[in-house]
Amino acid sequence: MFLSRTLLKRHSVLPGFDLALGFTLLYLGFIVLIPLAAAFLKTFTMTWPAFWAAVTSPRVVASYRLTFGASLAAALLNALFGLVVAWVLVRYEFPFKRLVDALVDLPFALPTAVAGIALTALYAANGWIGQGLALAGIKVSYTPLGVFVALTFIGLPFVVRTVQPVLEDLQKELEEAAATLGATRAQTFTRVILPVLTPALLTGFALAFARALGEYGSVIFIAGNMPMVSEITPLLIITKLEQYDYAGATAIAVVMLVAAFALLLAINLLQAWTRKRQGR
Amino acid sequence: MSATTTTTLLVAAPAARRPIAPRTALAATAEPAWVRRALIGLALAFLAFFLFVPLAAVFFEAFKKGWGVYLAAIVEPDAVSAIALTLIAAAISVPLNLVFGLAAAWCIAKFDFRGKNLLLTLIDLPFSVSPVIAGLIYVLIFGLQGWFGESLRDHDLKVVFAVPGIVLATVFVTFPFIARELIPLMQAQGQEQEEAARVLGASGWQMFWRVTLPNVKWALLYGVILCNARAMGEFGAVSVVSGHIRGQTNTMPLHIEILYNEYQFAAAFAVASLLALLALVTLALKYAVEQRVKRQRRSASGSTPGREA
Repeated sequence: MFLSRTLLKRHSVLPGFDLALGFTLLYLGFIVLIPLAAAFLKTFTMTWPAFWAAVTSPRVVASYRLTFGASLAAALLNALFGLVVAWVLVRYEFPFKRLVDALVDLPFALPTAVAGIALTALYAANGWIGQGLALAGIKVSYTPLGVFVALTFIGLPFVVRTVQPVLEDLQKELEEAAATLGATRAQTFTRVILPVLTPALLTGFALAFARALGEYGSVIFIAGNMPMVSEITPLLIITKLEQYDYAGATAIAVVMLVAAFALLLAINLLQAWTRKRQGR
Repeated sequence: MSATTTTTLLVAAPAARRPIAPRTALAATAEPAWVRRALIGLALAFLAFFLFVPLAAVFFEAFKKGWGVYLAAIVEPDAVSAIALTLIAAAISVPLNLVFGLAAAWCIAKFDFRGKNLLLTLIDLPFSVSPVIAGLIYVLIFGLQGWFGESLRDHDLKVVFAVPGIVLATVFVTFPFIARELIPLMQAQGQEQEEAARVLGASGWQMFWRVTLPNVKWALLYGVILCNARAMGEFGAVSVVSGHIRGQTNTMPLHIEILYNEYQFAAAFAVASLLALLALVTLALKYAVEQRVKRQRRSASGSTPGREA
């Protein structure tokens, strides 16, 4: 009764508000909020210099550079090709289109460890794709480039799935109007279509970037995990844990959490913008 | 919104009446055939390199050494116990998140209360937390050095490096899946039907079982499918809390990692192929249910316009 009296904005004849909200808050608190708070509280047991030293040691900084750099590059590639894939799926007809459409979600459904070993086998110097690249002198598996490949895989569906519905809702009349007013197809695309797609494109990009930042399973197989070169930040957290350096591991985790929460805020704002653009 | 539509229609209308050949009219809002083909080729090439070929490679590598090796890798005792643990973890975490999803969706979609947007954001939080950190936070609480570490040890209970830890980590990473599918649909459906049921004398549970649940069953199933796929495939979070004890705390993804690191590639890919198969089944079910949900959501938002948040 307490919850409904203090929180409800208007009376409702429907039952179950107290029970449902009470359970929701309890479950959220025990599973998510209290454990997350534990991470922040743990860092308070460290002195500020110790915290600073833990999160800015050269090996950690090198891992940030790789994690953020590879995530950014992978999200950019996904933004570009995700737009092409979404466009092709919405606008054109080709054989097996529905199958291709369904398979775009594969990175959501395929366990990351499976993706990791499959990509490693493919892009290794003796793998199907790696062989061809090796001829060109490009090494992918066990290098930072491998991290980029794995992060591209796991971020792939985000841009496609955020751009696709906007493209489907796009009014054909706008393009017809642009054409009758004398715009070329390229002008119509850059001045009429692309501005409408921009918020969705940015949202998809940010979602792919956020997912890539925390990714672990698919990366560790293909990366080679050399300190200072191809070691991602989540792996460094695990390494510290295995050395029983709980405080050190948590300090790095808190840095990653703050980055993740900042991105979440940005994504929420972008989504609000997308909805406004769509006039909903 | 309506103003722009009218203007575009006004602009477009004379053009439509002008006597031009249909082919030119078509060309004005479509790309030349070579552009079309190039884009389709580009999209398919990208998907091939990053999706199709890796998927094919899993099955190819699994059967490379023949059926005998494949079957042996799957029926081996460590593999069987890994499969069992994966099923147990999913069987506990999916129902838990299902109950949570229904409760959260009920209060968020059907009531207007203070702090609703904050609650929505908090529910999404686990999606933006790295799986490794999801595992770490439970180690901080239940590990030997953690908050409850000593009292758990005194009572001879184990959470971390045992099954409860694996279940907790799995619950965390799959936390928002079902709630996220239910909330938009239940918001779109509004509360008229439930209110009618109440006015006609239905009890709270009668209303829930006969009105609410049938209305959202497809979205619920969709959420369960996604939640289950993630629960069975989770690697990072489970890896941190499991301790990798063979035959005891190894799930399928962890078993794959161990086999792979021991250079037993055919066996690793054999177990991986089971999870890949699960992923394909998930996608097929997802696609089938998606079509129904789309139809349902469209009819729901059609009957009560402006409800979609």
